[in-house]
Amino acid sequence: MVPLWWYILLGVVLFVIGAAGVLLRRNILVVLMSLELLLNSVNINFIAFGRYYDDFRGQIFAIFVIAITAAEVAVALGILVALVRNKSTLKVDDVTIMKG
Amino acid sequence: MDQAFFLLFAAASVITALTVVLARNPVHSALALMACFLQISAVFILLEAPLLAVIQIFVYVGAIMVLFLFVIMMIDVREAVLQRFLPGGNLPALVLLVLLGVEMLVLVLWSDRFSVTEPVAMRGGDQIRQLSTTLFADYLLPFEAASVILLAALVGAIVLARKEQG
Repeated sequence: MVPLWWYILLGVVLFVIGAAGVLLRRNILVVLMSLELLLNSVNINFIAFGRYYDDFRGQIFAIFVIAITAAEVAVALGILVALVRNKSTLKVDDVTIMKG
Repeated sequence: MDQAFFLLFAAASVITALTVVLARNPVHSALALMACFLQISAVFILLEAPLLAVIQIFVYVGAIMVLFLFVIMMIDVREAVLQRFLPGGNLPALVLLVLLGVEMLVLVLWSDRFSVTEPVAMRGGDQIRQLSTTLFADYLLPFEAASVILLAALVGAIVLARKEQG
């Protein structure tokens, strides 16, 4: 049987990789994909804890996380298409219109 | 047996996740992310959550990645391929990441709370039936809220991506 901390470790590693993508990459598309990776690593943790403590709430929370992620991606890609149409850039650093 | 499968899927998912972050071309990132989601759904099956594994494949691999690939197709990524890769001037972020990773690893390995090996005895019966009963009985209000959020996101995405008239 796989011990619980293996799953937690996998979640940690994926979370750090995703955070690296969000913080270090400058391409908006790759930043969005890294966000997906972050949410997935959290899902692994939810389901692993739910399994090892025999509780359905882990899976239910994971379902809600997936639903909210789908909504987030749809809105984010809509904004991205509108941005590329108006400004024709894909770099995060070039989008500083709302900076004070 | 379980452990070997877990190690295989975990190694594959970590490698593909690294490819997502390190690949120069966003199309390669998207394909690697798709492979990573497949590995994660295999991990869900190891965790005896088959419903979540199927939802993962449907929603992430089927819907979200197709959305990403469509957007990549619509916009020009040739300029993005050429841009500088992992700018070195971002030292604070790098230090923060290393600190975060080391902290989480130390906490997980130190604590004895995570050393549960044998899961508590599985409740008998149809697991998916019990899951859906819980979802639609105890969590009905959050479920409805999630569906309203999805509808709002659908309308919002259409309005945002539409060409402005005049």
